[in-house]
Amino acid sequence: MIERFLAWLGETPWSIALLESLYAWPFVESAHVLTLGLFVGTTAMMDLRLLGIAFRRIPVTAFTGRLLPWTRIGFVIMTATGLLLFYSQPLRYYHNVFFRVKVLVLILAGVNAWIFHRGAHRSAGVWDWDARPPRAARIAGAVSLTAWALVVITGRLIAYNWFDCDIQPQPAWVNWMAGCAVAVGGAE
Amino acid sequence: MLEPFFRWCEATTIGQAVAQSVWAFPILEAVHLIGLCVLGGALLVVDLRLLGAGLTNQPIARIARHARPWLIGSLVLMVATGVPLFLSEAIKAYYNTSFWVKMCTLPVALAFTFGVRERVARRELADELAGPHAKGRLVGAVSLALWFTVAAAGRWIGFS
Repeated sequence: MIERFLAWLGETPWSIALLESLYAWPFVESAHVLTLGLFVGTTAMMDLRLLGIAFRRIPVTAFTGRLLPWTRIGFVIMTATGLLLFYSQPLRYYHNVFFRVKVLVLILAGVNAWIFHRGAHRSAGVWDWDARPPRAARIAGAVSLTAWALVVITGRLIAYNWFDCDIQPQPAWVNWMAGCAVAVGGAE
Repeated sequence: MLEPFFRWCEATTIGQAVAQSVWAFPILEAVHLIGLCVLGGALLVVDLRLLGAGLTNQPIARIARHARPWLIGSLVLMVATGVPLFLSEAIKAYYNTSFWVKMCTLPVALAFTFGVRERVARRELADELAGPHAKGRLVGAVSLALWFTVAAAGRWIGFS
């Protein structure tokens, strides 16, 4: 069902045009990578503050308030360019092990941010200036930093086809993770 | 003229080791990108503030002072991963326009950041808490433009 939809998506004229374009794809990919500096960069600065290892004399709410709109702009660009890149080769990414891990870690990062904003951040006014924020905030910062680092690493590795379905033989667990139907000549 | 030097670079032990390994180049690339994230964050908190955005309720000098170790640390990480990446494909880099754009802009960006921006942010605008300041805006904009060029040219090395 998903496979048939993604196969159809990858056959649409715009998807093919994007993948085979001389400049459009590299521009979208470059925007995706450069926005890392804005999105993950500002997120990392906030996480380091939450951990109490950077910007210790700057209040936490300066990051979660005034810097956040810039993080949001970064997130919008990341999402838009990321979706375009996925659209250029949907079936390949769907069966890419690194892409699958990346999506799982993205969900983890999202849940972590949601828990932080619903939980520890509500009382941020109380510990705003604390050089070392409360435990829940430090945990949120640590989880976020780790998750985004993993997203960056797995995101970069999507480019490599080491574990793609058409590269066989692979260990069974690799084919399981990539969701490959190996029996009938590779990717399906 | 420089080509023999680039050939020598690629023939170094590190260059050959990275070029022949399956995992070394991708892992170095990924860590290079982690460095890009931290560098981007450490630059942006200060540059946005100079432009009158971001952490606007904090003094510029304080933000710059706190960001400095992360700025330097990320640059060290970028160089430590960038050099072996370069060594593994030095000859390709030699014939790559983007590589030369990056390498010509990088020293300018470094000199501007640690020569001009550092001085403006930490001394001239040390007490500045309020909003727009013409000199600060100019410095922030130039810093962003220089580092954007370095990063964009860096990404484009792989495309050309």
